[in-house]
Amino acid sequence: MDEISQGLLAAFRLILTLDADLIEISLRSLYVTCTAVVISSVIGLPLGCWLALRRFRFRRAVIAVLNALMGLPPVVVGLIVYLLLSRSGPFGVFGLLFTPAAMIIAQVIILTPLIASIAHQAIRDLWADYHDLLISLNTTRGQRMRTLLWDGRRALLTAALAGFGRGIGEVGAIMIVGGNIDHVTRVLTTAIALETGKGDFALALGLGFVLILIAIVVNLVIHRLSGTEVRGRW
Amino acid sequence: MILRGLSVLLVCLWAAAAMADEMKLAVTTSFHNSGLSDVLLPAIKDDLGLDVHLLVVGTGQALRLGQAGDVDAILVHSKPAEEAFVADGFGTRRTEVMYNDFVVVGPAGDPASIARLDGAVDALRAIESSGVLFVSRGDDSGTHKKEQTLWAAAGLDAETFEATWYRSVGAGMGAALNAASGMNAYVLSDRASWLTFGNKGDLALLYAGDPVLFNQYAYLPVNAAMHSHVNTVSAMQLENWLVSDRAKALINGYQLNGETLFTFNAQ
Repeated sequence: MDEISQGLLAAFRLILTLDADLIEISLRSLYVTCTAVVISSVIGLPLGCWLALRRFRFRRAVIAVLNALMGLPPVVVGLIVYLLLSRSGPFGVFGLLFTPAAMIIAQVIILTPLIASIAHQAIRDLWADYHDLLISLNTTRGQRMRTLLWDGRRALLTAALAGFGRGIGEVGAIMIVGGNIDHVTRVLTTAIALETGKGDFALALGLGFVLILIAIVVNLVIHRLSGTEVRGRW
Repeated sequence: MILRGLSVLLVCLWAAAAMADEMKLAVTTSFHNSGLSDVLLPAIKDDLGLDVHLLVVGTGQALRLGQAGDVDAILVHSKPAEEAFVADGFGTRRTEVMYNDFVVVGPAGDPASIARLDGAVDALRAIESSGVLFVSRGDDSGTHKKEQTLWAAAGLDAETFEATWYRSVGAGMGAALNAASGMNAYVLSDRASWLTFGNKGDLALLYAGDPVLFNQYAYLPVNAAMHSHVNTVSAMQLENWLVSDRAKALINGYQLNGETLFTFNAQ
């Protein structure tokens, strides 16, 4: 119990004094995960929508695989990205290993199946409602996708936020490909792992509370901006 | 014309990026956790204008990073592995910088009675025969390699140990100390990591002082003949700095709770 209260105290102290290192690693956490969420959404949302509309031979199998990939182990993704980006790997010439770019690549791989899968489920339900209308209006496939993506935007926002939630708290992959280098690739989760290793539980827990706080604030801000849960059905 | 201007600009940018004074150095956890890196890195920045990016890993992984060319130099502590690294051509040379020692940490009550023994090997043998919990790094780090040599010297095979008392955690020094603290187990640690560790619980330093527990740290630049992209200039600058009188004063002068953590011994 004592350690937890000390952790809370440490969190308050860090936030109230606007600790420079804390701000730096928090911003880097947000930068890496937000970039990864945007890229994953650009890939995953249309992919999920397309899977809901198209009928093709291996559709069931593709959807099942996509759902399974939601649970992709970050540490395995980290290892594969590491081996690909290592100087002795196929993409070594770009020198991306141990940079924020490598962390974003790893998170995009982790988040895309999650976002696509949730988007697919949301759009599938919406498509059941819209099916007759959109068919009777003789719409093209592109028009249907645009309509569904736009009218399902609130549910798709949930998909993106789920991706954000998974990304911001992820440590396995970014530790391997980022290397937790001070002032270069250190983010909140890797800093927590580092402080735990030093046995400084109060500081580690303090950083943990800051991480949870950031996740809550981001969700509140997004919901406020998008007007969710305010009026109407969505 | 525009194209030519652009390409000149690109070349300039590329050159600037290539000449930016920064390098990647893989170091062992003890170097970083002890706080010594927080003293040395700012001094290096002041003296050389060089930003050293630290990758804090175990010795085994540091050597792998060097082999793959993912870092410019490594600072580790496992002499046989380092010599193999140089012999295989991955490193150009091995420069000894400083040393500290390994210590055996365990429950303050010392149930295996190792504190009064004469040698580290005897201490480990006593732990084995008493069946008290022992935490092993199990991660191919310098400390883990040292532990394996000690078991071998005791005529025991760590591979055959039962998990009932021999707990291989496969993690860094800090995590292993946390595990030992939680289980009230014995563990082999380098002195610096132990002194700076914040979650000691009921653990105490029980055995130290045997010459076999000597722990030498060495600096190895990665061979540019193997990996043409490595920053040899900075790696060389850093090497010269690490063996300088300035480094000597900082390393010997670094104390924690009145104890010296590292002793400079570069030639």
